[in-house]
Amino acid sequence: MDTLIGENRNRLEDFTLLRGQAIFLDDIKIPLMKECAFLRSPHPHALIKSIDLAPALKIPGVETIFLYDDIVSFFGTNQMPFDQGDFVAPKWSYPIILPQYEVCFVGEAIAMVVAENRYIAEDAVNAIRVDYEPLPAVSDCRDGLRNDSCFVHQSSNRNEIGSIIATYGDCDPCFNSELFSFSLSLKQHRGGAHPMEGRGVIASYDPKNKFMCVWSSTQKPHKLRNVLSELFQMEEEYVRVILPEVGGGFGAKAAIYPEELIVAFASRKLGCPLKWTEDRREHFLSAIQERDQYWSVEVAFDSNGILAAIRGTAIHDQGAYTLAEFNIPYNCAYAVPGPYIVPNYHMEVKVVETNKVATVPVRGAGFPEANFVMERIMDHIANDLGIDRAEIRRRNLIPVDRIPYEVPLKARDGKPMIYDSGDFIGCLDHALKVSSYQEFSSQQQAALAEGRYIGIGVSNMLKVTGRGPFEGGMVKISRTGTVTIATGAAAMGQGTKTFLATICATELGLCPSQIKVITGDTSLIMHGVGGFASRQAVTAGNAVHLASRQVRQKALLVSSHILERPADDLYLADGKVQDKKDSTINLPFSEISKACSGAKGYPLPDGVAPGLEKTVYFEPKNLAYANASHVAEVEVDTDTGYVSINKYLVINDSGRIINPVIVNGQIRGGVAHGIGNALLEWMGYDGDAQPVVTTFAEYLLPTSNDVPNIEIYHFPTLAKNPIGVKGVGEVGTICAAATVISAVENALRPFNVQISEAPISPERLVELIHQ
Amino acid sequence: MHSVSMTVNNMVVSGDIEGRTLLVEFLRETLRLTGTHVGCDTSQCGACTVHVNGLSVKSCAMFAFQAEGTEVTTIEGVADGDKLHPMQEAFRTNHGLQCGFCTPGMVMTALALVNENPELTETDVRIGLEGNLCRCTGYQNIVKSILDGAKALRSQT
Repeated sequence: MDTLIGENRNRLEDFTLLRGQAIFLDDIKIPLMKECAFLRSPHPHALIKSIDLAPALKIPGVETIFLYDDIVSFFGTNQMPFDQGDFVAPKWSYPIILPQYEVCFVGEAIAMVVAENRYIAEDAVNAIRVDYEPLPAVSDCRDGLRNDSCFVHQSSNRNEIGSIIATYGDCDPCFNSELFSFSLSLKQHRGGAHPMEGRGVIASYDPKNKFMCVWSSTQKPHKLRNVLSELFQMEEEYVRVILPEVGGGFGAKAAIYPEELIVAFASRKLGCPLKWTEDRREHFLSAIQERDQYWSVEVAFDSNGILAAIRGTAIHDQGAYTLAEFNIPYNCAYAVPGPYIVPNYHMEVKVVETNKVATVPVRGAGFPEANFVMERIMDHIANDLGIDRAEIRRRNLIPVDRIPYEVPLKARDGKPMIYDSGDFIGCLDHALKVSSYQEFSSQQQAALAEGRYIGIGVSNMLKVTGRGPFEGGMVKISRTGTVTIATGAAAMGQGTKTFLATICATELGLCPSQIKVITGDTSLIMHGVGGFASRQAVTAGNAVHLASRQVRQKALLVSSHILERPADDLYLADGKVQDKKDSTINLPFSEISKACSGAKGYPLPDGVAPGLEKTVYFEPKNLAYANASHVAEVEVDTDTGYVSINKYLVINDSGRIINPVIVNGQIRGGVAHGIGNALLEWMGYDGDAQPVVTTFAEYLLPTSNDVPNIEIYHFPTLAKNPIGVKGVGEVGTICAAATVISAVENALRPFNVQISEAPISPERLVELIHQ
Repeated sequence: MHSVSMTVNNMVVSGDIEGRTLLVEFLRETLRLTGTHVGCDTSQCGACTVHVNGLSVKSCAMFAFQAEGTEVTTIEGVADGDKLHPMQEAFRTNHGLQCGFCTPGMVMTALALVNENPELTETDVRIGLEGNLCRCTGYQNIVKSILDGAKALRSQT
């Protein structure tokens, strides 16, 4: 059978999106639907002394306003359902639905107004009178560790709520030896996810049938269904979550939020459909972020630049609540070695609460921070020893003959961390070759002679992708003869429908455009996990691959009975099962499907179960590690501190590529996000934890002038799963900041500038130049 | 309430609205033309870009009554039925969109840029797109789409 996998293919999603016909959350209108708006705390930390709803309730068009008491009297709890994972956060850090008397970050929801439309709902929010008593707040996570620090919650007795330690070997002797060593302090900041579409939810409760239907712009529709089911004590069959078209996620929509639960609660209470759409200001204040981290590391290495040990600590800004397990700190602690051999390693990441919105993974999930640390270390070793930066990396990368390579650490799922594919040195060498890296220094000399400061940076990365536990794919040939796929994978711009259709089409002898793909409708597939951790091509891709194959086999088996031909003589093409030698002997899919649904009173053929469909839940046995090498060339204007990226090049290994068009798009978008993290994006708070950045005028998302054209080369090695695919969604982001910063530092070598932070603003660069 | 009337995608439309109703709200809620999106409310992101009397306008930064008597074009008015406009087709064939939320605004801005300057260069496109944010694509394929779309439009005339 001809495989369609690997072909450049335009996306199936685009036709509706391009005509403005796609239905995003806020485009859904249900008769009698009312709209909601939230009153949010203007204080980083305060007590609520009293709330006066009367002026708001007087506004015509206001239906009602819900507060803490309403939630608790209905659910009997104020606690958000919460996966504890392996790490136990203290009670005060558990996320809540609505606060009773204490608010702990600016943007924390206090009350929800239901009104005829959003304009009126917002008028009412502004009319609610709240008497607050401000309390001291923790803004900087380093301050939160001080003995005299105030606490983030009144019920806290400390701000450091946990610590993740990744360790193996014995570092200390390496620092009491003949080896070289240095220490390094790094400040990192990642900012927000900022999909162009904010969050949003619609809930419609049908009191007669006791059925709840919820649309949410989420990355985890099945998780939301499960949470609603538990909270409302309604069986999964009576709660349906539907994923509309989703305008990007990048991590912001991978959490379950109070707003989703309150809107569902209110719809159930009022018996009418309700909608809440997040505006951008709310996204800045209330959607999860990654944020500040402060790293201190010590590095020991020999005269050839070969690493002996890395040890250190990091302080991680957790925000006011712990929404999930400590996943960013965990990833940070464990991901520093990446594709390099680090013989001895000890890293502690302290999880420190602040009076800010919670941090959970944004595209990259702690890997960009860990990568930045490792790549800065590489540059420092190179500078200390006067050895080329790429050569230092080359010497420390895991060579291909040591693959499979087991890192002496456990992955978050408790399994060994085994890199079972990849050629890291090959990838780097290819990057150096196609970027003409070796010739750059002569260009640099020439530029310098003209008073221009150009620089080159090179970095390597590795990212866990395809995280389990599973994803499902239901593949079905319907009575109409058309093929439908349903999956718990959440499409949010990654071309999920196109690549799943491509995988299925290959097995069923169709064109991808003949296949309909429905993502994230919990009524069509019982279990699902969703979109995060660059996982869907690996998990849902393999599930659809295996399910399609079984549907094909069944179609052959049933046709063989009906056509009275051996199955081996038959094949699938053009929506039919045909005889290989005589195409006039054939059976259309519609007939096979009907045969599988049976006729009254007649048994199905032996060995044939009802239905021409198959659901497979693919459980990856091992994580798929994707890797890449990046090269950036920049020019720095030393008067203004402006950095222009003149060239950007990626050599990427995401395993077997299903559709290069989509994979390249993911890499480019990922790099753009990393460039934002290197130079632009800053979610600022003042010393009192009051946000100073609440619009795109202050938060600089990369624009068309900030992101250069990105050259991409593929260097695939196959992952150990049926398709051989690795993830790509986050892969472009991970080392982009490290690559750009390395290039900027290289450009400013004449000024002996050392950059220990990201993002780096033009002002800060000018400051460093003049130091 | 005020009554407002304008021509949207070649249809004369009218509605009774509050004075504070934004143009984007009128298009989306009153006319149910939901292809025009709101991404930021503060006129940086450009997802709400439409044409008013042939010029690109961020419809979140204009009251509906200010469009009284004007000719408005939204993304829904660009294709010829099921046949994509050459600019839309260029976005499709160049993978100029991922999640597609910013895309209607991108296409409307692209059409305005090409209107102003049919011979535009990559630099022109990049400068012209500064008011339209995209988080997914890294812009490269959007720029390529617009250059290709402009070329297709030039060859039509």
